[in-house]
Amino acid sequence: MATNDLKLLGGWFSPFACRVQIALSIKGLDYENIVENLNSKSDLLLQSNPTYKKIPVLIHGDKTICESAIIVQYIDEVWKNNATSSILPSNAYAKAIARFWVSYIDDKFFNSLRYGLFAQDDESKKKYFDELEEVLLKLEEVFNKLSEGKGFFGGEKIGFIDIALGCYLSWLKVKEKFTGTKMFDEAKNPGLVKWAEAFSAHPAVKGILPETDKLVEYAIAMAQGLAAAATAAPK
Amino acid sequence: MATNQEEVKLLGSVKSPFVCRVHIVLKLKGIEFEFVDENLANKSDQLLKYNPVYKKVPVFVHNDKPISESLVILEYIDETWKQNPILPSDPYHRALARFWSKFIDDKIVAASVKVVHSVGDEKEREKNVEESIEALQILENELKDKFFGGEEIGIVDIAAVFIAFWLPVIQDITGLKMLTAEKFPKLYNWSQEFLNHPIVKENIPPRDPLFAIYKAYYDSLIASK
Repeated sequence: MATNDLKLLGGWFSPFACRVQIALSIKGLDYENIVENLNSKSDLLLQSNPTYKKIPVLIHGDKTICESAIIVQYIDEVWKNNATSSILPSNAYAKAIARFWVSYIDDKFFNSLRYGLFAQDDESKKKYFDELEEVLLKLEEVFNKLSEGKGFFGGEKIGFIDIALGCYLSWLKVKEKFTGTKMFDEAKNPGLVKWAEAFSAHPAVKGILPETDKLVEYAIAMAQGLAAAATAAPK
Repeated sequence: MATNQEEVKLLGSVKSPFVCRVHIVLKLKGIEFEFVDENLANKSDQLLKYNPVYKKVPVFVHNDKPISESLVILEYIDETWKQNPILPSDPYHRALARFWSKFIDDKIVAASVKVVHSVGDEKEREKNVEESIEALQILENELKDKFFGGEEIGIVDIAAVFIAFWLPVIQDITGLKMLTAEKFPKLYNWSQEFLNHPIVKENIPPRDPLFAIYKAYYDSLIASK
């Protein structure tokens, strides 16, 4: 029973829904987890997010909040509990830096990963995955700077950037299976390799990221659906 | 070296709606700053140093600490200088303000840019105009008070300076109508109130030079097709 009157409209396959789950887990909050079928969206989803009709949506009492990065900040602000469970830094400049990198991840990282995974031709795939490599080099630099040797982008504890990037780890494992190359190059991204292990093992994260095999099946079905739509749809 | 002197700099360009957002907030809060007018065709070393990731304006520099991305900058300014707040204090209304500011960037600014660039491709252009109109309708439905921020302008109003000032310029240049008083009476009235706000009025760029720059760019787009 959800004592905080919290519902999450999400899906196990969605990295964005995972972000919210991780944030709720960090704060130790109970919630009702409603898994949406994106091919047949519930009335509740369509009413709660009429603008985008997307997951995740957090329903807190009579309030609905959309967009994963916004939801995570909402959770952090409402449940201010104590310093050990804060997700964003308390310093305004550090907050701005965290927000900047989350925005970068949602733009550059997300787009190169998803366009690469579902590109219909090899040339496009290579272009996007090359871009992804550049992005990872940048994020390795950011990790080294912000972690100050302590293990996470947030320092000693997982923070906003860790959650924003970490939610994609299962999808990066899908890329590993699809392409046969490791998700992080150990020579170029040694920091991210260690970070990924630490993140996945973190108590607040355990059990939330989907299993690779299950996600691979889901990704294959998605790719087939996209390919069929591409050949069927007139220009 | 102890000093009460805050060093506040805004690297920008008068023609940018994103820079304008930051300009308005700084003036609203009465913050003194140095404006560095960047020539975007020949970016300064300073700009490249402070925003190596995107190499874009605006870049806000506070005591030599740079911040990029206009909405990130706006939140930073609001958290650092508390007078005349542009974000609500309760988390739910803050989440809504963030949602709508992002919506303006993702749906309205993006569609307008596509409208401009799809000149020459009628079908593509029609699709982009439709997207723009759909997004404006959503915003029209959302507007409940004098401003998105209530009685006073807030972050959503400031983010929407693009709609109030730049979109009409784009409409005049392309001959396309997206925001009209007939189609969107609330949004149109909002734009007039917003542009007449004492701070906004003084801090939007002069229209004629802006029009000339954008027209020249548009003509070059047409010529290249």
